[in-house]
Amino acid sequence: MTKIELTVNGTKQSREVEDRALLVDVLRDQLQLTGTHIGCDTSQCGCCTVHVNGRAIKSCTMLAVQAGGADIVTIEGLAKGEKLHPVQQAFTDCHALQCGFCTPGMIMAITALLKDNPQPTDEEIYHGLEGNLCRCTGYINIVKAVKRSAELMK
Amino acid sequence: MFEFNYVKAKSLTEAQALIAAHPEAKLLSGGMTLIPTLKQRLAQPSHLVDIGGLPELRGIEVKGTQLVIGAATQHYEVASSPVVKKALPALASLANQIGDPQVRNRGTLGGSVANNDPAADYPAAVLALDATVVTNKREIAAGDFFQGMFATALEDGEIVVRVRFNIPKRAAYEKFPHPASGYAMAGVFVAEGAAGLRVAITGAASGVFRWVDAEQALTKKLSADALEGLPLDETNMNEDIHATREYRANLARVMAKRALKKMLAQK
Repeated sequence: MTKIELTVNGTKQSREVEDRALLVDVLRDQLQLTGTHIGCDTSQCGCCTVHVNGRAIKSCTMLAVQAGGADIVTIEGLAKGEKLHPVQQAFTDCHALQCGFCTPGMIMAITALLKDNPQPTDEEIYHGLEGNLCRCTGYINIVKAVKRSAELMK
Repeated sequence: MFEFNYVKAKSLTEAQALIAAHPEAKLLSGGMTLIPTLKQRLAQPSHLVDIGGLPELRGIEVKGTQLVIGAATQHYEVASSPVVKKALPALASLANQIGDPQVRNRGTLGGSVANNDPAADYPAAVLALDATVVTNKREIAAGDFFQGMFATALEDGEIVVRVRFNIPKRAAYEKFPHPASGYAMAGVFVAEGAAGLRVAITGAASGVFRWVDAEQALTKKLSADALEGLPLDETNMNEDIHATREYRANLARVMAKRALKKMLAQK
């Protein structure tokens, strides 16, 4: 067991974790932040995407101990009270989800993409979302939502 | 995952001591291959020695005719670095094609080179640019470093510290990614540098290799036509549910032509 300190969604947290514990399991089971989903658990689908020190990563493929001292943002950290984050609002506006399972990871990947590239082209959006799989919408509305997000964030 | 002890090394010296003290220990950098391997219980290290954050393993700089990149430099850093984009744009482009954004944010140059996955992208650049792999013990020429599927010249306890790439006159990388994994079904790095013309192929065979016949043909005639009908040994090509040997050999030839055209379009 190792004691780690993290900042999660702006709050300092201190937890004893098993050295082999994955970041996603600590977020979900110890911090009850179940918005971060476990989809494939093989770092393909991107449902578990969170931000670690401002970069999007797959939390099923990072040990919690590796995140010691890091600043982490999960899907729960995006909205400000009742006001949705522009990417969340864009998903609602564009109907960019059906079952919603991939959505938290999609939104975390998109917020990171737009930080690097505030006005991405279609090609840049496809390239930026290669790490996230959706099995129901077929991506068309997700790509629309990225563009809508870019407008909302101007 | 089996249990292990995680230790974050504070210096390269400490990492060396830890790996020497624990024969069953493994080095951890970005973990993009090691963590999935542990999750499948395909490895059971006693310790994981985390070298990902070591300052000695970081940094990107041009030194004379070489571009020197620290082993713990993440793919996204190489892809977005103004220094790499100016000195060796083909390498920045290659780094931007590895895996997906989340993988590029964690995976490192040193990890990719040390792992030597037969479908990894970096080995093609290391070999085509006649790079030098610098470890905590010695310097290894690219031609000696890669030794087939997941095999390298690295000895137990040897740690990749940085890679020195010779800056070519011009170079290009083209790959056909597997649609699900993003790994190269065939990836070709071509470079025109001080050592002449080099063509390195990854993804198609059991390990990265130089297509020597193509190098010779292109030295005589620097044109994509020169690759037409050239022998490319199919017997060592990978065959699996995704592609036959013949298909992969053809794919490698097509990628080589595309890379060459891309390179020739540069001044």
